[in-house]
Amino acid sequence: MSVAGPWFLSELAAGCVGWLLLLSPLAILIARRRHGSGLTYGACALASCALALVALLALLSPSPPAAIELAVGLPLGRTILGYDPLGAAFALIINVATALVSGYAIGYGAHAREPQRVVPFYPAFIAGMNLVLLSRDAFSFLVGWEFMSLASWALVASDHASAENRRAALVYLIMATGGALTLLFAFGLLAGPSGGYGFAEMRHAAHLAAAPLVLVLALIGAGSKAGLVPLHAWLPLAHPAAPSHVSALMSGVMTKVAVYGFIRIVFDLAGPPSWWWSLPVLVVAGITTLLGVLYALMEHDLKRLLAYHTVENIGIIFIGLGLALAFEASGLKAAAALSLTAAIFHVFNHSLFKSLLFLGSGAVLHATGERDMERLGGLIHRMPVTALAFLAGCIAISALPPFNGFVSEWLTFQAILLSPQLPQWVPRLIVPAVGATLACAAALAATCFVKAFGMTFLGRSRSTAAAEARETDGWSQVAMLLLALLCLLAGVLPGFVMDALAPVMKLLLGARLPVQSSEPWLRIVPIDSARSAYDGALVLGMIAIAAAATALIVRRFASHALRRAPAWDCGFPDASPATQYTAGSFAQPIRRVFGGVVFRAREHVTMPAPGDTGPARLEVELHDTLWEALYAPVIRLVDAVTARVNLLQFLTIRRYLTLVVSALVLLLIIVGATR
Amino acid sequence: MTPLDSDIAHLLAGSMLLVSFLLLYQDRMFALLNFFALHACVLALSVGWQAYLQRAPHLYITALIALAFKGVFIPVALHRIVVRLGIHRTIEAVVSIGPTMLIGMALVALAIVVMLPVTATEGVFVREDLAFALSVLLLGLLMMITRRNAVSQVIGFMSLENGLILAATGARGMPLVVEISVAFSILIAFLVIGMFLFRIRERFDTVDLQALDMSRGEASGGEA
Repeated sequence: MSVAGPWFLSELAAGCVGWLLLLSPLAILIARRRHGSGLTYGACALASCALALVALLALLSPSPPAAIELAVGLPLGRTILGYDPLGAAFALIINVATALVSGYAIGYGAHAREPQRVVPFYPAFIAGMNLVLLSRDAFSFLVGWEFMSLASWALVASDHASAENRRAALVYLIMATGGALTLLFAFGLLAGPSGGYGFAEMRHAAHLAAAPLVLVLALIGAGSKAGLVPLHAWLPLAHPAAPSHVSALMSGVMTKVAVYGFIRIVFDLAGPPSWWWSLPVLVVAGITTLLGVLYALMEHDLKRLLAYHTVENIGIIFIGLGLALAFEASGLKAAAALSLTAAIFHVFNHSLFKSLLFLGSGAVLHATGERDMERLGGLIHRMPVTALAFLAGCIAISALPPFNGFVSEWLTFQAILLSPQLPQWVPRLIVPAVGATLACAAALAATCFVKAFGMTFLGRSRSTAAAEARETDGWSQVAMLLLALLCLLAGVLPGFVMDALAPVMKLLLGARLPVQSSEPWLRIVPIDSARSAYDGALVLGMIAIAAAATALIVRRFASHALRRAPAWDCGFPDASPATQYTAGSFAQPIRRVFGGVVFRAREHVTMPAPGDTGPARLEVELHDTLWEALYAPVIRLVDAVTARVNLLQFLTIRRYLTLVVSALVLLLIIVGATR
Repeated sequence: MTPLDSDIAHLLAGSMLLVSFLLLYQDRMFALLNFFALHACVLALSVGWQAYLQRAPHLYITALIALAFKGVFIPVALHRIVVRLGIHRTIEAVVSIGPTMLIGMALVALAIVVMLPVTATEGVFVREDLAFALSVLLLGLLMMITRRNAVSQVIGFMSLENGLILAATGARGMPLVVEISVAFSILIAFLVIGMFLFRIRERFDTVDLQALDMSRGEASGGEA
C-alpha cells in the first residue's frame, strides 16, 4: 500500500531499537551536561514516533512485513525480528504513549537532581519493550523482556537513598525474575522436545498435553508483570518509587507489554483453547478488578493510588481476554472478536490515560513536593493546565462518556451480555458475576477519581507547599494536553480504532467485527444495530449542547441580583483548611462497607480523660491482607532458612573441602546407583 | 597388547593405589614424604609402561617429569622444609587411622562401582585403569580432609594430582603440552604453598591450620 513497501519496515523498526540501545551508553556521557537529559529524551521521543509510524504502516499494510533474521543471535536459536498485526498493534499503542511521555520528560527531566541515574536507563527500557514486540522467536522475546525488567529496575532504584525505594526495587526485582522464569518454562514447553524456538515453529508444533500448563505459566509470568492479584505486590511499591515519567511508562506502557506476552502465548502459540481455560483468567481478572480499586480507594498517596488503579485496569483487560477465550473455545468467533477488541482497545486507552494521570501527578509532585493528597488541594488555581489535563484523565479512567475509557468498558459489557450464548453452564454462571464485579469496580473507580481530583485540585490548599505551587513547564503541559486530546479523540471516534484492530482479530481468531467506519454518524455497532450502538460524537454533541443551553439559561433567566458573602461560610466562619473534607473522610463509607473483610480495618477512638484538654483521636488501622497472607510467610521462611545457611559462610578451609568431597562422593554414589 | 602387557599395567596402577593407602596410614612426617616419593616413582613407571604400550614417545617425557619433580625434587624440598620447621614429629589426623582406612576402602569400592559400568564399552585396560585412577584421586582428597597439618595436606593434593595423570595417560591422548603445563602448575602450587608454610609459621609459630582458623576468630572449639 505504501511507497515504502512492507518489506523494509522490519529493518526500520530494528534500526530504531538499535538506535535506542546505542543511545543508552551515549546518555551516560552526556547525562550531566546542561541539555544532556533533554537531548536524550528528545531522541527517545523521535525514535518512538518513528516506531509508532512503522507499526502503523505494518498494521495497515495488507500483508505483514517480512521478518528479518539477524546474524547475531544466541547459540540455541535464531534471532528473528518483524511485526505481525498483533505486534504492530501493540507497538503502535506503546510508542504513541512513549513518545508523549518522552516529550514530557524533556521538560520534567530537566529538574532531576541526579539525571545520570535515570537518563541512561530510559532508552534501554524503551528498547527492551520494543524488542519484545518486534521479536518473532522466544529467545529475543525473553532478552527484550529481561532488558525491560532490568532497565526499569534500575529506574525504580534510581532514588536509592530512601529505604522504601530500595525495598520496592528489591521486591520488583524478585517478582520480575520469577515472572521471566515462568515465561522461560512456558516457551520451553511450547518449543517441545524438538526445540524450535521461533514462533512460527511453535505455532505448528502440537502441544495439547502441555497447553494447560502453558496457560498457567503465562498467567503467572505475564500476570506478575502486568499486576494481576495476587502477583501485584510489587506494583504499588515500584511505580511510585520511580521518577514520574518512568512511572507513567511502567504503569501505562510496560504492563501492556505483559498483556501482549499473554496474548501472544495463549491466543497465538498455545493452539486452540479449551472452554475451561477462560475460568482461571476470568476469576483472577474479576478479583483483580475489585481489589485493585478497593486498595486504590484506601490510598491517599496520589501515585500509589494510580498504581492500584493500574491493577484494576489490568483486571478489566484480562476480563476481556478471558471472555475471548471462552467464546473462541465455543466457536463463537464474532463474540470472541468483540471481547478481544474490547481488551486491546482498553489496553490502548489505559496506556493513554494512565500515562496522562501519572504525568499529572508528576507535575503536582514537582510543583509541591507532595504525593499525599491530605496535604494538597486548591491546585486548580495554581496549575490550571495540569488540572484540566488531569481532569480529562480522571473522566477517561472513570469510564464516563465521551472519553475513551467508556467505549472499551462498554464493549466489554457488550461481550459480557453475549455470555448466555455459551454452551457450558460454568462460564454462563461466572461471566455475569464477573460483569457485576466490573460494574461495581467501575463505580468505585469513579468514586476514587472524584476523590483524587477533588482532594488534589479543588478546595483550599492544605499545606503551604500546595499554596505556593507553580504551573509546570511548557513541554510537560503540551504532552499532557496531547494525551488528553487523544483520550477524547479515541472516545469520539472509536470506530477507527476498532477497524484498525481488525487484522489482529483475523490473525488470532480468524474473524473480525463488522466494519465500523462505514456506519453513519461515526457510531459503533459491535454486534447488530438492533441490539446496541454507541455514538461518541453524538454524546459529545449532546453534552456540548446541554452545557451551552444550561449556561445560556442560567445567564439569561437566573437572578442577576448580586449578594456578597464570606467564602466557605457554611457554618465555619473562620474555617481553616483542615476543616475541609479529606481524602480519608471521603473514603470512609467505602471503608465501612468493604474494609472489615478486605482490609481488616479497625477504627480506634481515643477520648481524653475528663478534665483533659487534649484532643480526641480517631485512628484507622488497615492491613494489607494479601501481603500478610501470601508474602509474609514466604519472607519469614526465607529468613529462617538463610539464617541457618549463613553458618556456611564461616567454616574452616578443611570443612569446606570436606563439603566438596562429600558432594562429589554423593554424586558418584548417585551415578553408581542409577546405572 | 598381550595379556602380560595389560597385567603389568594393572600391577603398576594397583601399586599406586596401594601406595595411596600407605600414605593414608603414615603418622610420621618423613615416612609420609618417602612414601610420596614412592608414589611418584610408581606413577613414573606406570606412565613409562603406557608410553611403551602405546608407542607414544611423549609419554616418556611425562614419566620423566613425574620422576624428577614429584619423585625427587618436591619430596627433597618438603623434607628440608620439615626439618627447618621442626615439625617431623607427628601428623595430627582429624579422623584416626583406622576409620580413615575404612573410609578409603569404601571410596575405592565406590570408584569401581561407578567406573566399571560407565566405561563398559571401552577396552578392559582403560576401564580398570580409570577405576584405579579415580580411587587414587579420592584417596588424595580423603587425605586432604582428614589431616590438619599443612604439609600433609600438600601431600594429599599432590597424590590427587598423580591420580589425574594416571587417568590421563590411560585414556590415550593427553597432549604433552597439557602434561607440561599441569606439571608446572603443580610446581608453582608447591612453591606458593611452601612459601605460605613459612609465612604461617612466622606468624603463628605452628603450621597447624587450626591456628589460621583462630586468627579468623572462628575456631569453634575442638576440631578433633
